[in-house]
Amino acid sequence: MHIAVALLTDAPAQMLPARSMMAFTLASHIILVPLGVALPLITLVMHGYGLRRGDPDALLLARRWSAVMAVQFAIGVVTGTVLSFEFGLLWPGMMGRWGDVFGIGFGVEAWAFFLEAVLIAIYLYGWRRLPSRIHFLLGLPLPFAALLGAFGILAANSWMNTPRGFTLDSAGNPVDVKIWKAIFTPMFGPQYWHFVVAMFVTAGYVVAGVYAVGWLRGRRDRYHRLGFTVPFTVAAVLTPVQFMLGDSIARQVFHKQPVKFAAMEIVWNTDTHVPEYLFGRLHPDGTVSGGIKIPQLDSILAGFRPDTRVTGLTSVPASDRPTATQATITHFAFDAMVFIGSLLLLLALWYGVLWLWRRRLPTSPWFFRGAACAGVASVVAVECGWITTEVGRQPWIVYENMRVAEAVTSTRSTGLWITFGIVVAVYVFVFGSFLVVLLKMRTRWRLADERSGPATPAETPETDTPYGPRSAVTAADTSRTGGDGPSSAPGGRP
Amino acid sequence: MIAGVVAVVLLLVITAYACAGGTDYGAGFWDLTAGGAERGKRPRWLIDHAMAPVWEVNNVWLIFVLVIMWTGFPVFFQQVFTAMWLPLALAVVGTVLRGAGFALRKPSRRLAGRRLYGAVFAVSSLLTPFFLGAAAGGVASGRVTAGTMAATEAWANPTSLLFGLLAVATTALLGGVFLAADARRFDAPDLDGYFRRRALGALAVVAVLALVTLFVTHGDAPHLWHGLTHGVGLFFVVVAALSTLATAWLLMRPSGGWARVSAVTVVASSVIAWGMAQRPYLIPTSMTIAEGAGAHTTLRWLTFVTLVAVLLIIPAVALLYWLDTQGELEGLTDADLRRGGSGDEG
Repeated sequence: MHIAVALLTDAPAQMLPARSMMAFTLASHIILVPLGVALPLITLVMHGYGLRRGDPDALLLARRWSAVMAVQFAIGVVTGTVLSFEFGLLWPGMMGRWGDVFGIGFGVEAWAFFLEAVLIAIYLYGWRRLPSRIHFLLGLPLPFAALLGAFGILAANSWMNTPRGFTLDSAGNPVDVKIWKAIFTPMFGPQYWHFVVAMFVTAGYVVAGVYAVGWLRGRRDRYHRLGFTVPFTVAAVLTPVQFMLGDSIARQVFHKQPVKFAAMEIVWNTDTHVPEYLFGRLHPDGTVSGGIKIPQLDSILAGFRPDTRVTGLTSVPASDRPTATQATITHFAFDAMVFIGSLLLLLALWYGVLWLWRRRLPTSPWFFRGAACAGVASVVAVECGWITTEVGRQPWIVYENMRVAEAVTSTRSTGLWITFGIVVAVYVFVFGSFLVVLLKMRTRWRLADERSGPATPAETPETDTPYGPRSAVTAADTSRTGGDGPSSAPGGRP
Repeated sequence: MIAGVVAVVLLLVITAYACAGGTDYGAGFWDLTAGGAERGKRPRWLIDHAMAPVWEVNNVWLIFVLVIMWTGFPVFFQQVFTAMWLPLALAVVGTVLRGAGFALRKPSRRLAGRRLYGAVFAVSSLLTPFFLGAAAGGVASGRVTAGTMAATEAWANPTSLLFGLLAVATTALLGGVFLAADARRFDAPDLDGYFRRRALGALAVVAVLALVTLFVTHGDAPHLWHGLTHGVGLFFVVVAALSTLATAWLLMRPSGGWARVSAVTVVASSVIAWGMAQRPYLIPTSMTIAEGAGAHTTLRWLTFVTLVAVLLIIPAVALLYWLDTQGELEGLTDADLRRGGSGDEG
């Protein structure tokens, strides 16, 4: 314990601002990630459905989601760039020593992201003039580019959790790098699938949630039903899958990062027949207060038998494990994630059972209230999952190889605090504006729908939605789509 | 050997960013200087429409620069980010404001909102290239060394300041040249002349600044000076000078797209000349490419990943630019996003 206290006081002053800034920017970026990874697929599903059935409602939804994607993607590019700068601005020590071991994942990600940016530009701007089938086909590679990008990022993050693919020379520097092993580390598979499915589930619930709110307010036309059903079905089908994946990754953590697992489950001493705590706080002396204690359950969950031996936090010196506070944060985040996941599973079952049995949507307003909250809840769950994996790894930035304190920049803490303050102000402004823009778009569309029928296209270019039209220049010929191409509009309404 | 290859890749990516990103920042520069809401309405309108489809793509280059730096030359990355902390931190804040300002300006409808986002976008278009240029100048003049802590001297020095100004001037040049071409594409001939005049002005500033920089490096960054006046470095300096003249000539007449090619050549060959002049150093006279290089396996894989990516991406980018210049790419309008909107009428 003394060592821990000593370490805490020894921790460089810049660690807290650096950590806070990284945590804040990542937490903000992660809100955009589900939409970035999964919205293209959900939109394409809707788009494909619309094309196949010649359904104008579905195509309208797909077009509107594209407009949202445009703003969201632009903001995501920006917040993502910030993160890559922060590797150097905040953690130069980590990049200097380990950059060549685990950086290749970022290389893959950067190129994948480039591809995605190109494809998304074609898709977003292709609606008006490209032949509908070609436009749809050009959009199809988008989800794969997104998955490839996620591959790179998750390879890097899982390497930080279970670093492999190098040996240390006498000076402690990594030599003899084996790229393949550094990418496919033990935690990579579990983390990748858990993450990717989380993105689809979250995006599905977020999008469906918007239409669930409309449903609750009495807008129950076909447009709202489609807008709700397609994303909700994607999410509901994947929720049970995610539940299994989550269970499996927890067990992988138990095997590969036992101390993190101990923090997640606030296990103090290594033991068999370990109880499970639902929430509850761990104190520095190893006692637990609050929470619900379920005897034996932790051992059973970890190894399917009550006599499974679970490693405790005290198995390593205090300087090599999360502090009691960090363990409590990890534990709370983990439990909150599991709790939300369980609720979402119930919601998905409700939907699935009714659909299989009666072929209809649930009618209870409670279902739609739940669905309306599911979006926010799943974003919270994503944040919690990320907190679990990052805080649970403390004090390591590279598990068992480099401490956060060794990696942090030597810039003075005052400078970091000021920068952090600026970043917070800028992000509040950016995300606030983002939200306002989304809400305004929604209101505008709703009003347009209520007026019903085609509205007057006579608007100045200044008033267009994101990525406004070039049509304004030659407004006369482009608002008509007739003579320009084989079938310049994707609609195909006869 | 392989480290040299990766260093060339890094240089080429920086060049691509200077050209693509530069064009983009330049549009912001002219947005800033376009005057009041009424007077600047048309130029701003063109800027918005010209930038839109390729905006993200232009900015993703910066991410590559960083990734190749930290994967290929980790120690170099560490030193640069330690010594150049402040300019890089300011550049990143600028990037955020810029991107957000641009993305949000279009959907916001009230004039006050558009003014606010527009101002944010334009001012940060000026600051970001300046600080990135200043950081590059600190590297070029060898002010980043193993022990350098974040100090003002590292980036507030003659070479850095000139690199920063040069960066801003080149963005203005590229922005002007490309916007002039876009003006023709969008059938706005008055804006063609408007932007060509401005591009010519920017070109004059670039030429003067480049000469001053060359002169200053003689005392401030001797290794760079030697590299720029000998061998391959000199060759690219000459190419840059010749294409400057060509650009000036092309800008005086309402020409086709050739001014774009020559303006890009000016910028690209200047950046390449800088890179070549630095040889064999990443940071002149304190860290060679070989010393800064990461593990061999990684460098080989990085080259391989880049190669595969280039094969995948070149067709995609070519398609994007082709569709864009064919006028096939058009943003959705409000009408498309309405029920029974024009998108359904095909």
